[in-house]
Amino acid sequence: MSVGVLALQGDFREHAALLRGLGAEVELVRRPEELDRVNGLVIPGGESSVMDKLARAFGLAEPLRTRIQAGLPVYGTCAGLIMLADTVLDAIRGQESLGGLDIAVRRNAFGSQTASFETDLDVPVLGADPVHAVFIRAPVVETVGPRATALASLADGRCVAVEQGNLLGTSFHPEITGEHRFHEYFLATVTRAGFRG
Amino acid sequence: MTETTSAEQFGSSRVKRGLADMMKGGVIMDVVNAEQARIAEDAGAVAVMALERVPADIRSQGGVARMSDPDLIDSIIAEVSIPVMAKARIGHFVEAQVLQALNVDYIDESEVLSPADYVNHIDKWNFTVPFVCGATNLGEALRRITEGAAMIRSKGEAGTGDVSEAMKHIRTIKGEIARLSSLSKDELYVAAKELQAPYELVAEIAATGTLPVVLFVAGGVATPADAAMMMQMGADGVFVGSGIFKSGNPQARANAIVKAVTFYDDPSVIAAVSRGLGEAMVGINVSDLAAPHRLSERGW
Repeated sequence: MSVGVLALQGDFREHAALLRGLGAEVELVRRPEELDRVNGLVIPGGESSVMDKLARAFGLAEPLRTRIQAGLPVYGTCAGLIMLADTVLDAIRGQESLGGLDIAVRRNAFGSQTASFETDLDVPVLGADPVHAVFIRAPVVETVGPRATALASLADGRCVAVEQGNLLGTSFHPEITGEHRFHEYFLATVTRAGFRG
Repeated sequence: MTETTSAEQFGSSRVKRGLADMMKGGVIMDVVNAEQARIAEDAGAVAVMALERVPADIRSQGGVARMSDPDLIDSIIAEVSIPVMAKARIGHFVEAQVLQALNVDYIDESEVLSPADYVNHIDKWNFTVPFVCGATNLGEALRRITEGAAMIRSKGEAGTGDVSEAMKHIRTIKGEIARLSSLSKDELYVAAKELQAPYELVAEIAATGTLPVVLFVAGGVATPADAAMMMQMGADGVFVGSGIFKSGNPQARANAIVKAVTFYDDPSVIAAVSRGLGEAMVGINVSDLAAPHRLSERGW
């Protein structure tokens, strides 16, 4: 089993280190031939408009869409959640997502950096202990479609974590807080799915 | 579905440093109006630096360089959805208060502007907005982190298009970090004294082999190959100031530098993106600059 981390831009090294710490074999993915070798993929935090642009420029976007439709397990944090959303609100001109999650995500939903925050969240699928979550110019899931399931929400009810089949997405960044349960949960999905490109 | 169990915390170190983490592997571009900001965002910048004059013009026009007009900053914030940074003068805490009130995403306490205080830098812990500060060596970087900087950029020599100072500063910082890792505990006390930085921070860096914040390179990056070289030297990303909008074809050059930063270790990609970019900024050799005109010597 090899887990890829999309390494076009963003905090991909934090994800790679966390996954290696959990015993996963990790491959950084920037090219289509690297994508061919992985059984699951993490799309990190970063700037979604930059990842979209680079994914298209270097021929990754279409193979990624094909694999997501074929069941490749993918976990997206923040920008990665935006990349996985079927609908992106407040996108930059011409921005495209890969899609797969039946949700509408609003980019940068909280405002400028001074509105970024950390807080504890209950995430029942990960057990009773709350998740300490960091939101950095974060997106929120404004609409959860019938095929997706909300996993966590803020006190005001806004959804910030979703799941649909082999896809998982969070508005926040477990990779920078030492929280490893989301990645364990995702690795279990990768093992169960046994995806072969 | 359950609810939040604790209060929200704003402006923590983790939140401040975290935004810089999300910019890693990216290019931050200087822009002087909304039109340039649009070009930068379309080209794949991870953030823009809003300012009235790029360093090359500050250098040629001379005079006191200050924080930009709030109207200009507002117009750039309105134009783009990527993070917007803006510069305050070294030590000018009221310019920083104004920039925070304007809701910029990061403040650059910058030697490119004229210093407002030749003794003290801004106490950056007092702010919710994060700060990036320049450094020419490890001691300077650690003093800025101690004052609350959440991101460091090596200074280089802004507005020259000459990458040699950027190279000197990243080599110095990386070399000093590597040296710390080889020291014993008793030697670290002396190292902290020499670096004029707190022992705890010095010991942390000796143990981890890296700064506790993101390190970008700035000052003189003008080509895709310059940017890729800084990434191969271990930078987390690059600032490009005058290098883009003082060149013959800003759009093409901005696109090319973004790609070169992602594929910094692949010469075939750097070759491909370097073709047909038109003229690079003319540039000034740093060695031709009289010492009083070297911006990297501002700040201490």
